[in-house]
Amino acid sequence: MAISFIGGLIESAIRTGCPIMLCGLGCLFCAKCGIINFAMEGVMTMGAFFGVYGSYLTGNPWIGLLMGIVAGVAANLILGVMAITVKVNQVVVGAGLNSLCLGLSSYLLTACYPNGVPTQVNGFNYISAGSLSEIPIFGVLFNQQVLTYIAFAMVPLIAYVINKTSFGMTLRACGEQPHAADSLGINVVKKRYIAVIISGVLGGMGGAALSLGQLSVFTIGMVAGRGYMAWSAVTIGRYGPVGVMLAALLFGVASALQVRMKAIGVAIPSQFFSMFPYVLTMIILASVVGRTVGPKAMGKPFIKGER
Amino acid sequence: MTAKVGKTKIEIKDKKRKSGFWYSFSGILIAFIFVMLITALIITLSGKSPAEAFAYMFQGAFSTKYNIGETIIKTCPLLLCSLGLCICYRAGLTSIGAEGQMAMGGLMATIGGVYFTFLPRAILIPVCILLGVLGGALWAGIAGYLKAKWGISEVINTIMLNYIAAYIVAYMCSGPIQEPPYTFIQSSQLQESAFFSKLIQGTRIHSGVIFAFVSIFVVYFLLWKSPLGYQMRAVGLNQSAARTSGINVKKNLILSMSLSGAFCGLAGAVEIMGLHHRLMPGFTSNLGFDAMAIALLGGLHPAGATIASVFFGALRAGATTMQHAMQIPTALVDIIQGLVVIFVLTQSVFSKFVIKITTSKRKVLSVGREE
Repeated sequence: MAISFIGGLIESAIRTGCPIMLCGLGCLFCAKCGIINFAMEGVMTMGAFFGVYGSYLTGNPWIGLLMGIVAGVAANLILGVMAITVKVNQVVVGAGLNSLCLGLSSYLLTACYPNGVPTQVNGFNYISAGSLSEIPIFGVLFNQQVLTYIAFAMVPLIAYVINKTSFGMTLRACGEQPHAADSLGINVVKKRYIAVIISGVLGGMGGAALSLGQLSVFTIGMVAGRGYMAWSAVTIGRYGPVGVMLAALLFGVASALQVRMKAIGVAIPSQFFSMFPYVLTMIILASVVGRTVGPKAMGKPFIKGER
Repeated sequence: MTAKVGKTKIEIKDKKRKSGFWYSFSGILIAFIFVMLITALIITLSGKSPAEAFAYMFQGAFSTKYNIGETIIKTCPLLLCSLGLCICYRAGLTSIGAEGQMAMGGLMATIGGVYFTFLPRAILIPVCILLGVLGGALWAGIAGYLKAKWGISEVINTIMLNYIAAYIVAYMCSGPIQEPPYTFIQSSQLQESAFFSKLIQGTRIHSGVIFAFVSIFVVYFLLWKSPLGYQMRAVGLNQSAARTSGINVKKNLILSMSLSGAFCGLAGAVEIMGLHHRLMPGFTSNLGFDAMAIALLGGLHPAGATIASVFFGALRAGATTMQHAMQIPTALVDIIQGLVVIFVLTQSVFSKFVIKITTSKRKVLSVGREE
């Protein structure tokens, strides 16, 4: 009982944590380059919707994933244009974009499915790593969906790109000291757009992982604050990919625990369990305060030649 | 910049004068034209006629006495929330929490209205309103305190508090204050002495409208005619400058957040006491998020917020009619709201230009005025 409970908990923690992880890594890219990606909630919504829609149209989840990524990039590019070129308050434009995407998703849900919304589309299959998946408790780590493996593979990859490559270093320079970077001939605007696009790709993937990876269905408001959690994961994870991964897994555990506790029938009203991930976010944010410092130019638009 | 399409010439010129009423107004106007164009495009794509949709929307908002009343009561909570947001945005706090504060205000007012049966009407109504105000203020105060004390982003915290508030309301409606015989997820009805009285027969206009109207002036005097408002605005403009001139920054951060929450809480109480007469999960129906767009659209000024609230109130009232008549989802309002936020932010860019569209001889459209 205990083993199956813990095994199940780990399995569902990873499954629910994976979309947050992908989006968190996306937010990280933006943060490193000096942009607060507050629109991740909306990007994720678009990714989730078009992921399912693509799979509905073609029957192939990979096409769905691709459509989710394209939609995510498109949504994030609006943020990019507003934040980089028009130079407005990034948080406010993000909030506007989130409401736009939420409205768009529920509008499209009636517009795109003339014959009624399907109950399920083709999702990703579970991929088992042979005998490894038979290990008690931890075997579940090796019996996951393909997007989960991709998400975990992204962590070292992104850590390498950000910390070791010249691309990553110039990217960080644009987030720390954009004017210094500019004086060295780095095109700050271009770098920031690249970061926004990468972030959109990861966000769209995260959205598709949420809708295609779990119940293979899109419902209105299914993102339910996970985009904001992804952004908190960046702060909580101290602006590093591994930290983001751990924070996302923590959120995964919180939501998994919430579902399991409800299922077991503990004598606490279910709404309190539903609150749990949100309360946890606040508590963790309060506990890491002062110990985490973001890129210096985060949230500040770059104005060339400004002193 | 000039572009020619056949005989039509589109000119975009730099404006010479860079300030004044027309300067900012033309920016908002262009923003609106863009919003309407994109909305029309979305409606067209779903196979409906945008002209017809806009006509239904206008009809739903202004055609009859009842419809005008609907616009006014939909304006009321939007106005209260956006006035509240004006306060904390002016103090430099980006609060996303109007929705949650409104929910808590409504919850507290409901508790007062359901349980304080022993109070006479003259005392009960003020008590319920105060409870609502207090609920909103305390809920916002949490985020304000965390920001002032430890510098934790009020943005994330207010969002998380929104979700938590929604679950608290859901819990209360299906638990402690659920209406017997416990079939529907909603609270018991308020006793009738806690209802706002109806102001105009044949409409749903209730006396909560008066609160909204008075609040316009209260917020104006608070922000521009009182020492407290001066301090808050100073904190919003430059925290270190405010600190060196002896202003208690932390106190002002907490206070501005709580005051903003107080108005949002009032909005919740007004919705419950004037309209719903009972608490239901989701009664806030995204009004708190609309209020953000309104506060920005109104230039963080009570007068601007009033005009923008009426616009959004009409939009909501009209959207209901449009939905019934044409089966266009009301989600369109969410879309318009998001577009408004995005395009209003860009108005600073738009207002730099004059756009002129001319055919071979006659001027067709000119937005912005050349000075």
